[in-house]
Amino acid sequence: MKSKFIKWLSLPYIIWAIGFIIIPLLMVFYFGLTDKNSHFTISNVLAIFQPIHIKSLLIALLLSLISTIICLLISYPLAMILSSFKKGNDKMMILIFILPMWMNFLLRTLAWQTLLENEGIINTVLSLVKLPSINIINTPYAIILGMIYNFLPFMVLPIYNVLCKIDGNLLNASRDLGANEIQTFCKITLPLSVPGIISGITMVFVPALTTFVISDLLGGSKILLIGNVIEQEFTLNSNWHLGSGLSIVLMIFIVISMLISAIFDKDGEGNTF
Amino acid sequence: MSNKLINLENISKSYDNHLVLDEMNLYIRENEFVTLLGPSGCGKTTTLRIIGGFETPDTGRVVFDGQDITRLPAYKRPLNTVFQKYALFSHMSIAENIAFGLKIKNKSKSYIDDKIKYALKLVNLEGYEHRMPDSLSGGQQQRIAIARAIVNEPKVLLLDEPLGALDLKLRQDMQYELIRLKNELGITFIYVTHDQEEALTMSDTIVVMNQGYIQQIGTPEMIYNEPENAFVADFIGDSNIIDSVFIQDELVQILGVKFPCVDKGFGNNKPVDVVIRPEDVELVAPEEGLLQGEVSHIIFKGVHYEMEVMANGFEWLVHSTRMFPVGTKVGIKVDPFNIQIMNKPASEDEEAVAVEE
Repeated sequence: MKSKFIKWLSLPYIIWAIGFIIIPLLMVFYFGLTDKNSHFTISNVLAIFQPIHIKSLLIALLLSLISTIICLLISYPLAMILSSFKKGNDKMMILIFILPMWMNFLLRTLAWQTLLENEGIINTVLSLVKLPSINIINTPYAIILGMIYNFLPFMVLPIYNVLCKIDGNLLNASRDLGANEIQTFCKITLPLSVPGIISGITMVFVPALTTFVISDLLGGSKILLIGNVIEQEFTLNSNWHLGSGLSIVLMIFIVISMLISAIFDKDGEGNTF
Repeated sequence: MSNKLINLENISKSYDNHLVLDEMNLYIRENEFVTLLGPSGCGKTTTLRIIGGFETPDTGRVVFDGQDITRLPAYKRPLNTVFQKYALFSHMSIAENIAFGLKIKNKSKSYIDDKIKYALKLVNLEGYEHRMPDSLSGGQQQRIAIARAIVNEPKVLLLDEPLGALDLKLRQDMQYELIRLKNELGITFIYVTHDQEEALTMSDTIVVMNQGYIQQIGTPEMIYNEPENAFVADFIGDSNIIDSVFIQDELVQILGVKFPCVDKGFGNNKPVDVVIRPEDVELVAPEEGLLQGEVSHIIFKGVHYEMEVMANGFEWLVHSTRMFPVGTKVGIKVDPFNIQIMNKPASEDEEAVAVEE
């Protein structure tokens, strides 16, 4: 009786999943693999090889890759520092760290726009103290900055979680067996934190690859990422078929990165979230 | 006896203003099996961690083989540790775990392979090279942890409650295995435990600790038969600890009755603590005993019966192979050499320490 009741509790979610996940996904595949006359075609998918599309895909891949790497380089030492805090103190630090996430994503990105503009706050301050202004708005650098700023917590948290789970006695055992701090880090801490790193990479890389808001707001209309191209096909050109076809290509990249993370997670500590 | 290998001089350590070790002095000889024994929080693990290099004492020195190693980091110390929860590296195979220390020291591959074989044979786990730690039982993991430590040929092996997580039967088997290992390797073992039976079984020397102080150092026999204070008597095995008066040499008044004893030199008419082990209390017919009482409680324990006998206002704990039903009037006799006299604690403070446990 009881287990049956509990099964019914999942009904709302099943309806939700069918209505808002499964059906849209099927629709993407339907539109992506048909033309305007509902005939099957793969030309929408192959359209990725058109110069403008392939260029936007490569830029998106490049920028999200650079952002992911920088996020990792910032996050790992930070997560190590956080995990070395005493229990209790670390919670406060984590809170401070994810506090920006309480603000709306758009708002935060708009704020960066205001800060970075050629006559924006940063340049105003710089000119006041007679320093040369920086003109990075509407360049790839601004997009990378926006990606890092928005997605950094998603890298820090999984790495922090994994590091916290590493038993301090493992590190002591390594030192005890003659390994110095650097050797202990390379042979014990780093390998044991791989699941967190992979999880963090996935959680930064995937949203960075598909974003169009950050590139819209901080890249002006000069830099088109694949996300912007897809968005424009749906909104400006009303070409759902081409937009869906390009989405399928993007999905392939996402699935690949998920598969990589699944392979590493299998022999690791399991999911961090 | 061989020379002192490790010398702890005036070691103090406190955490957050809580004193864990207070001016501790202890030396450990070569090839000795030393056990640090005490209840949790007595400072035994902290002592081990200070020797291992995982903690730095606030004051005092750690001298190893004549050299001051107080500030030497753990990885430079010529000793190895077996941790309580094994602390095996889960991302490495058994062979890689054992080879860890040797690879750090850049030993040749053939040397390492030989050592792995030798160590696995020593702990009776031949053929386990390619297994992963997770696939081993607790007892096997602990033996791998020991193998991983001893391939480095340490002069001293530190063991931090290594059998704590194992079940009783396995624990007893491992005790014998550890004694065998100690004899085969011929190195010094420093062993930390709260289990008095484990300590009595394995040790050459037992260091009984409580609240950051050493209570007594001695062989298992000395610790058991001649406890120096009430804490040691109470912690090591069951005992009757009775407020008494030392009348004169070889005569002590227990619960108002004079008992002949063998001790001398405690003064005249001086208050003392008397320890009598439950197996040393003899139950006889009422008229034959020095004290008369009545059995108030009885439990069958397998090897013996455990009885409580009310006599002169004190509940005596008695172990005997003879059964006396509840309500039986009995006499109590104690052989003079089974009466252990101890001085009362010098200060209130020290007494509080002993009573708290």
